[in-house]
Amino acid sequence: MLTFTLRRLLIAIPTLLASAIVIFALLQLAPGDPMANVPLTVPPEVKQKMREALGLGEPVHIQFWKWLVQFFWIEPQVLIDNIFGTSFAEGKLRVLSWQTRSPVMDIVMQRMPQTLWVVGTSYLVGIIIALPIGIYSAYRQYSVFDQAGTFISMVGYSVPTFFTGVLLIVIFSVNMPRESFFWFPSIYDTTHQVDSWSAFGFQVRQMFLPVMVLALYNAAQISRFMRASMLDNLNQDYVRTARAKGLGESIVVMVHVLRNSLIPVVTVIALGVPQVFGGAIITEQVFKVNGLGHLLIGAIEANDLPMVQTLTFIFAVLIVLFNLIADVLYGILDPRIRYD
Amino acid sequence: MNLRSALLGAAAFAALAPAAMAERGSDGHVNIIYWQAPSILNPYLSGGTKDIESSSMIIEPLGRFDQDGALVPFLASEIPTVENGGVSEDLTTITWTLKEGLLWSDGTPLTSEDVVFTAEYCMHPEGGCAQLSKFDAVESVEAIDDLTIQVNFKAPQPNPYLPFMGGQSPILQKAQFAECLGAAASTCTEQNFNPIGTGPFVVDEFKPNDVISMSANPNYRDPAKPAFATVTFKGGGDAASAGRAVLETGEFDYAWNLQLAPEVIEEMEKGGKGQTVAAFGTLVERLEMNLTDPSSDLPADIRATREAPHPILSDVRVRKALSMAIDRELLVEIGYGQAGRPTCNLVPAPARYASPNTDCIGQDLEGAMALLEEAGWTDTDGDGIRDKDGMKLSLLYQTSTNAVRQNFQDAIKAWWGMIGVETELRNISGSVFFGGDAGSPDTFQKFYADVEMYANNFDGTDPQAYLSMYRCGNEPKPSSQWQGENINRFCDPEYDALLDELAKTGELEKRGEIAIRLNEMLTKDTYTIVPLVDRGRVSAHSNTLGGVVLNTWDSELWNVADWYRIEE
Repeated sequence: MLTFTLRRLLIAIPTLLASAIVIFALLQLAPGDPMANVPLTVPPEVKQKMREALGLGEPVHIQFWKWLVQFFWIEPQVLIDNIFGTSFAEGKLRVLSWQTRSPVMDIVMQRMPQTLWVVGTSYLVGIIIALPIGIYSAYRQYSVFDQAGTFISMVGYSVPTFFTGVLLIVIFSVNMPRESFFWFPSIYDTTHQVDSWSAFGFQVRQMFLPVMVLALYNAAQISRFMRASMLDNLNQDYVRTARAKGLGESIVVMVHVLRNSLIPVVTVIALGVPQVFGGAIITEQVFKVNGLGHLLIGAIEANDLPMVQTLTFIFAVLIVLFNLIADVLYGILDPRIRYD
Repeated sequence: MNLRSALLGAAAFAALAPAAMAERGSDGHVNIIYWQAPSILNPYLSGGTKDIESSSMIIEPLGRFDQDGALVPFLASEIPTVENGGVSEDLTTITWTLKEGLLWSDGTPLTSEDVVFTAEYCMHPEGGCAQLSKFDAVESVEAIDDLTIQVNFKAPQPNPYLPFMGGQSPILQKAQFAECLGAAASTCTEQNFNPIGTGPFVVDEFKPNDVISMSANPNYRDPAKPAFATVTFKGGGDAASAGRAVLETGEFDYAWNLQLAPEVIEEMEKGGKGQTVAAFGTLVERLEMNLTDPSSDLPADIRATREAPHPILSDVRVRKALSMAIDRELLVEIGYGQAGRPTCNLVPAPARYASPNTDCIGQDLEGAMALLEEAGWTDTDGDGIRDKDGMKLSLLYQTSTNAVRQNFQDAIKAWWGMIGVETELRNISGSVFFGGDAGSPDTFQKFYADVEMYANNFDGTDPQAYLSMYRCGNEPKPSSQWQGENINRFCDPEYDALLDELAKTGELEKRGEIAIRLNEMLTKDTYTIVPLVDRGRVSAHSNTLGGVVLNTWDSELWNVADWYRIEE
């Protein structure tokens, strides 16, 4: 197992390097100009000077090399400095955003908690809703519950979040009276700090709408996997054996079948984790949650290449990493699988 | 949140006290939403409106423009003019005097050194200053004494109110920014995010592209202002949700620039939580006629340059006919509602510079057809499209991607169809169209189309620089990497001579006359530019927010110090 993990980690290096080059090339080839949002009243010569100040005049390969050095050499030093209070990175040029002229990683660290809170909670809520629905739907296949579950998960899966999000805002923020218990804010207050129980209550309320929108979507997906996996196992010979031994129905389903059915579901859940970090781009936009997805969209609109490059690369790292974790988990959960 | 609830409590207490005098911070908290989020609080490093307006609550210029475009002193004790001796007779110097006793928010005094430093900061050749054009004409800036600053111009400057005037050109604190000159400008994150200012508010926390938390400046010059103790300035999202947050849910007090369809705004106003305000500036949505041939059959160095005149649009009668076929009042109705009015002028305001010309307002399809006949364009083959010498009267009409603009394209295409002109429509993403990338064939400067539509305006109240864009030689061309502002490739020696005269004239009345003449040369004389709609600005504020005066000549938040809470 250890050698397998190490081998995979080594293979990840060229994979990530290749994806960094692809991302960089795509961004270079894409049309657009970081000065496009500057008003037309600013004359072209001034815009040209502003572009040069951003380092846009340099040859492409030098821009890429600079980014590599800044991301892999200088940023880790900044991290070490922050943890141990050293000063390795002092005076060195970090990856700077073109929009804000400030270090990209600082903004990423600032945005990460919101994304983890909102999108992470919705992922957890989604899993908690999805597993029981999937299990029961499979156990009572074609029952009314199963049909209803199938219908709801189809709706959740196929209706886009920009629709459900706005729908919930219209119902719970616009039409609901402000004094009502069921009124929820439509705009996420990113300055809110949880320092008391009432503040925690407000945090729950403002997270409610975005979390519900995303949980519906996640639950729909995972419950379908859970159901299919349960169905596969329910017809297996070992289930018949267990029943023949005289085991109770609850033990047969909840211990024997569920354990085996969870193996592929855990993999699917692990593979979905990078999406949590990636933020739910659309939902964050609808509710103004200042997470990573919100940051990425803003950076794309403003042609802030260093920001887009860094964010997409971080997502690439996470995807590679969680693929590895899913593979390793699979080996741990299922003793039939051997990697060595 | 404890501070906030304490302040809210204080505000409630103040409301109970009868006839209490206005006091700084007595009205608690105010929420402002801009659907474009501020990225930086230093207007010299970003030309973006969102950045200029958000920073205008914190840092201030010597003078601002009010809602009518008149000059108002802010940090200066008065606006220098030739009459009061502040501007020299030969128009080469302007002398500003600061108000006495002004303090920065950190408690140190504001001096003329800070103003001189601000000029040095922006004029540094490696700084990439976004407001450099304000300082173009400046030879030097010197401090005469602690409160007096003299700006020397390279040549007589009839409009000396460029540097240190308006939201684009506020004063930075020398002590804070001293290390940030030139190439170091972009590494000064701390300074760019937390500028020390003289304005009514100070930054408590700035989260780039998201939110700014501010509180009242304890050293603000008027001890009774600002009425609000704290501000949340939220950014991001879209115009519709910003409008909704003020007009329907009441979560925010002020929403900037609601670029929405008129019926959408009307529907939102029924929410009853707030109201919209509209004001007009100089932003004009116009059609630009290409006077050069954009045909792809031409070699790259000749295509869309003055060497290849346009085969159809070189004839003024065709351009005039195209303008006559447009019903501008209907365009306003479908696109802008209360935020638009029909115009025939490139310079629609201020009144002194606006031509009274209204010739183009009424639609005249008959007249347009007669004019095309006269120009030799007839429909010889009966297919509904006019032709001449085997060439069809067919035009490519491009603009940026934007719902209102696409509606305009459809309407104008239909009207041109009625007079026998075939139109092909095209829309291009705004970041490419306005991007200025010399390698892209789709920029508005390259103008590889026959007609294009966009909006433009000018800073401040003087149109000289704006009208100078149409000088011969200033057109985008291969030798200038397609940079240049004379988009139509207009060239008229008489126009250039008049521009030179404008640059030498200081007397305002005379300047007005010349500017009107120049405007008419581009519009009603030649139909080089076909103005469509004078676009105003619509913003919204809640029913409980008082003191809002919408201003299109400066930052919308120019008088935020005077805002207050109306008790319900």
